[in-house]
Amino acid sequence: MIEPQLVQLLTPEGERVYDDVYETSLTAEQIFAMYRDMVIIRRLCNEATSLQRQGQLALWAPLQGQEAAQIGAGRALEPSDFSFPSYREHGIAWCRGIPPELSLRLFRAVDHGGWDPQKYRHSVPTIVIGNQALNAVGYAMGVQRDGASEAVITFFGDGATSQGDVNEAFVWASSFDAPVVFFVQNNQWAISEPTIRQTKIPLYKRAQGFGFPGIRVDGNDVLAVYEVTRKALAHAREGGGPTLIEAFTYRMGAHTTSDDPTRYRVDAEVEAWKHRDPIERVKAYLVRAHKVSAKKFAAVNDEADEMALKLRVDVLAMGKPDPLSIFDHAYASEHPLISEGRRDMEELGVGGAS
Amino acid sequence: MSSQQFLLPDVGEGLTEAEIVVWKVNVGDTVTLNQPLIDIETAKATVELPSPYAGVVMKLHGNVGDVVEVGKPLIDIEVAGAASEPETVAPATPAPASEPAVRTAVLVGYGVSEDAGTPTRQHRRRGSTAPSPAGVATVAMNVAPTTSSPALAPRSTPPVRLYAKRHGVDISTLSGTGRDGLITRSDVDKALSPGSGVAVQSAPPTSTRFVGHELASWESGPKEERIVVRGVLKSMAEAMVRSAFTAPHAAAWVRFDATRSVELLASLKSRPSLDGVRITPLTLIAMALCDAARHYPGINSSFDDEHGEVIVRRSVNLGIAADTPRGLIVPNIRGADTLNIVSMANALSTLVQKARAGTTTPNEMMHTTLTITNVGPFGIDGAMPILPPGTSVILAVGQIAKAPWVVDDEVVVRQVMEIALSFDHRLIDGALASRALRHVADFLGDPAAALLAG
Repeated sequence: MIEPQLVQLLTPEGERVYDDVYETSLTAEQIFAMYRDMVIIRRLCNEATSLQRQGQLALWAPLQGQEAAQIGAGRALEPSDFSFPSYREHGIAWCRGIPPELSLRLFRAVDHGGWDPQKYRHSVPTIVIGNQALNAVGYAMGVQRDGASEAVITFFGDGATSQGDVNEAFVWASSFDAPVVFFVQNNQWAISEPTIRQTKIPLYKRAQGFGFPGIRVDGNDVLAVYEVTRKALAHAREGGGPTLIEAFTYRMGAHTTSDDPTRYRVDAEVEAWKHRDPIERVKAYLVRAHKVSAKKFAAVNDEADEMALKLRVDVLAMGKPDPLSIFDHAYASEHPLISEGRRDMEELGVGGAS
Repeated sequence: MSSQQFLLPDVGEGLTEAEIVVWKVNVGDTVTLNQPLIDIETAKATVELPSPYAGVVMKLHGNVGDVVEVGKPLIDIEVAGAASEPETVAPATPAPASEPAVRTAVLVGYGVSEDAGTPTRQHRRRGSTAPSPAGVATVAMNVAPTTSSPALAPRSTPPVRLYAKRHGVDISTLSGTGRDGLITRSDVDKALSPGSGVAVQSAPPTSTRFVGHELASWESGPKEERIVVRGVLKSMAEAMVRSAFTAPHAAAWVRFDATRSVELLASLKSRPSLDGVRITPLTLIAMALCDAARHYPGINSSFDDEHGEVIVRRSVNLGIAADTPRGLIVPNIRGADTLNIVSMANALSTLVQKARAGTTTPNEMMHTTLTITNVGPFGIDGAMPILPPGTSVILAVGQIAKAPWVVDDEVVVRQVMEIALSFDHRLIDGALASRALRHVADFLGDPAAALLAG
């Protein structure tokens, strides 16, 4: 299933392999830190799924299987870089320092975003498929005009590559050499539509037609994702223009908590991908190559469990939002129609947080 | 101590109700936070609900097959400890003022249409793509409800996962005894051991279950009782009516000497290399029917009325009629014709485990090509089953029992068995059905030779 021309530094069994272009610069401590990140976000995701099943979240978009793609890319970012996510990038949010409970505010329907994008240099989740690619290119063109040496990255799924927005973003980024990295997590399924029905060539090859480099990386190999993303971001900062990275991965769970994947895909496929689990692979490598002790792994599990418990407490304690907050972030500055709407609502006596 | 009530949440963006598929806990059980409590089927998906509280189960609101409205009580749990514990934090309730008086099901992502009225059963079903469990008129295995709770994502290691897969064990049906519930190799071995309760040929228990309900006794029940036709019962009823009034049914049956099958099974049982593999009469019958399909592909076919075509398939998805707490379901084994006897035995064990645990997925009930219904365990000689829609034959298997039999003009005691084949006479005639049935009987009459020849 995994094709050649795929950058890989760690096999599914956790063996180090070598690539002509990419070599890992990471120390054992840094790799272990990424392992910790992946365990924590998987736990976060499991807890969020449980909270949804218990009626505490309206919806949840799970990321199981995509931990390496997100942590590898998220850790490759410099603090000054700016990222534009879809609604599944809980791992990127974690890497950007966003407290886990903030990632759940949107899904509890108490917030339209969850955090201050400027503070974390991470935009709010975009539900409209692929729209964030255009936002990212616009932002990158702004960076370019400011003469800043920052890179911009945007995340979307394989399904989004069929959207007009993403293709328009490719055209603009290419024409203006915008400092942007397009990071597509090809998790093989756009809800129930397989990638093979959306594209006749591997997705990374599409970049060539738009006039910029495309590369496919083993999305379940955190070392490879990290190195490939770092290089693409550096290329953007140095004025080299955009890159398309296709992280070849798999959505182990449902599209969202409203979806039942057993209705459209076979167990055998899921089983095959279980053997390529991104967390097990880096764990095997750490045990074998760096003799990391069982105690250290256990400590990470305990830390993840504690995080999950705190997350639950924080979510259950979230109050109801002030209905008037709906007007707060529609525009950057005051807008006459929005102001009128707010005044009318106030006169009706709506408002006040609980 | 305080009693907490878990209300049925809207798990799918605008649902109004859900059907109880299986309870995974009983009254009196101690449950931990996030322990699976119940599977429910909504118009969108079958989902497992984890416990929002740690405590003791006090009451279950509703039985398997009942439809519960969103927001109505599902389970009461007595929670121990102080209110500061995380699981006792009062859940934020949705603003009631903004809720419409009547909830209307939202099955696509664009909300409720302006003129949407009170939700009806048709509304609910229109969005559902769950296949109706292809039913048959008779029942096969007795699969009892289980109280073990498969974890949301079973934790194990890649080598153990591979080991389990090679032996046909679905690790989602196991509970781990390793650290933090990790599923270990010995857990898999335990599941494979003969005493693990994978009872394909178990004795029939006295059951008062009927159409997915526990019936009150003759003395205590009302004189007349009405039960709403829904869920698995409804699917079975619709499938049977569709089949009975489209396919003209005919049947053939045969009695034969199955002594050599019984002897082969006994000798396989004592082979150390087959330790943990449950090879039963049903395993041999499954092998025999697949072999018959290979020799007579005509039986592995279906009549496509819409296109005026007969579809012949050269791959067997072998359906097994299973009597579950929910009612009759027919999960199938994909590509059964490619399996050897050990893989077939393991596939049957997995199929039964899943049916019993209620974890059979809709996918596993689709595209059946051949079906076996086993009435033997009930002490019955034979049956004439109705075809599952979309298939052309179904094999009914009776008990194996000692009976007088004529061998070389002498009456001797032999292990005798009866099998029957119902078939769709639009495309299968008596000659084909008889030949195929005779093939199955001959296979079982000398299974060792047939397996070697196969």
